[in-house]
Amino acid sequence: MATQQTRLLGRLAVAPSVIVLFLWMIVPLALTIYFSLLRYNLLDPGNESFVGLLNYEYFLSDPTFFAAIGNSLKLVFAVLAISVIGGILLALLLDQAIVGLNIVRLMVIAPFFVMPTVSALVWKNMFMHPVSGLIAWLMKSVGLEPIDWFAQYPLTAVVIMVAWQWLPFATLILLTAIQSLDEEQKEAAEMDGTPPLSYFYYIVLPHLARPITVVILIETIFLLNVFAEIYVTGSGGPAGNLPYLVYFQGLLNFDVGGASAGGIVAVVLANIVAFFLIRMIGRNLEG
Amino acid sequence: MARAVSLRRRTITTAAAWLIGFLIFFPILWTVITSFKTELEAFSTPPKFLFFEWTTENYGIVQERSNYLRFVSNSLILSIGSTLVALLFAIPAAWAMAFAPAKRTKDLLMWMLSTKMMPPVGALIPVYLIFRDLGLLDSRGGLIVVLFLLNLPIIVWMLYTYFKEIPGEILEAARMDGASLWKELVYVLAPMAVPGIASTLLLNVILAWNEAFWTLNLTTSAAAPLTAFIASYSSPEGLFWAKLSAASTMAIAPILVLGWFAQKQLVRGLTFGAVK
Repeated sequence: MATQQTRLLGRLAVAPSVIVLFLWMIVPLALTIYFSLLRYNLLDPGNESFVGLLNYEYFLSDPTFFAAIGNSLKLVFAVLAISVIGGILLALLLDQAIVGLNIVRLMVIAPFFVMPTVSALVWKNMFMHPVSGLIAWLMKSVGLEPIDWFAQYPLTAVVIMVAWQWLPFATLILLTAIQSLDEEQKEAAEMDGTPPLSYFYYIVLPHLARPITVVILIETIFLLNVFAEIYVTGSGGPAGNLPYLVYFQGLLNFDVGGASAGGIVAVVLANIVAFFLIRMIGRNLEG
Repeated sequence: MARAVSLRRRTITTAAAWLIGFLIFFPILWTVITSFKTELEAFSTPPKFLFFEWTTENYGIVQERSNYLRFVSNSLILSIGSTLVALLFAIPAAWAMAFAPAKRTKDLLMWMLSTKMMPPVGALIPVYLIFRDLGLLDSRGGLIVVLFLLNLPIIVWMLYTYFKEIPGEILEAARMDGASLWKELVYVLAPMAVPGIASTLLLNVILAWNEAFWTLNLTTSAAAPLTAFIASYSSPEGLFWAKLSAASTMAIAPILVLGWFAQKQLVRGLTFGAVK
């Protein structure tokens, strides 16, 4: 039924989106690559010169760069672990017979809709403040020494507040998936007296393989790009990740060349991750 | 819930679920409660949970001191504006992909998804410089363009999965009855597509409202939305917890309510239709 005419029409309909997305992807990327090969400082305009891979050399010999990559990866893996494992457990719990499930679900999903800057400041001040924060008060009341989160464990503090936002997401996706599990299958398992662990391992987990993959993919994309939580809490020094470092180098130090080199490294890193993810997803989504 | 469950088990799971739900929700609740305290009480140890003198003065002060409504209107304009522009581009694209798929449609969709994997920091510096040269820094128009491009892949994907569910036979039937393309669009497709479009709109307004990489980096004041306004509380005003809480409550309340309505769309939209 696809006539010549509809095919042409179809192309015309798709073209604008494809063109703008292509430009959005390629123009900044090309410019970033170009800038990364220049000595280009905003404080010294007009004196740009081609320096080859010098920016990369500087970057790759700078310990803060490796710290930033380390922080990026630690943040992604820690939050993934917390949100996926926690999300599975929570989804299993919420799949039980629960009075008022709708309200519980509203409470659980709520943090996902909180804007990152709010979450960062509320956690940093009202919860993690070393003297007047709620956590400090709780620890003192059970006789523990309060923690100065952002001085002692800045990255952990960032992980906690980012995980607080993404655990709800994982839970919601996985709960939706578990609930689509065939009721009859559940009942049959129950009638057969299947022990909970084998029920989970042989019935629930295979059913969740695909949604878990999707959760990992989506969260990785967003988690590699965490910025506001670090920027707003001022923890970029010790806990800065790659996005923060690029921002710092480019917009605070005005070193366009260096920042661009960092940006390219971030792109390469994201592509390595994406490569594995797409393969994993491809395997899981085909079925 | 066809399964028979003992009362004991039901009581335990319900209690556990409520407890965990409450703990997860608590930071939001605490923010709302703190917004009604005086600064002194907000800071007091031991913390005051419910028994304090409730006041709404913080809300008034936040508006008075910082022209809060300007940030709200910026947030509204940016999130709704960018989503509408994206719909303008995405509806024809998704429609064509769903009803007249070509050989490469699947690849094209995957490619669009892959543009989301390009980290924003890879584009930050050139976009910042281009915006500076074009005078687009701190302008709503510039930011709408960025947010539109940011969410376009998700919008196309979402619409595609919704349009896919509209039975093609109905369109064929309409065509057999001699409906023109225009009539087919207006009378057949549109009514069935509206719920999907509305869901897409809802989810993407939420995403754009909370976007905090580009909004922080490309605005200073004139076009600053709520994300940037709240960030201005980082220091030293961050010490004013009651005002921070009032500003935060107002910034998250509308989107929280929308979000609660959009749970299903969220699952579908952010999993690219893989989980429904």
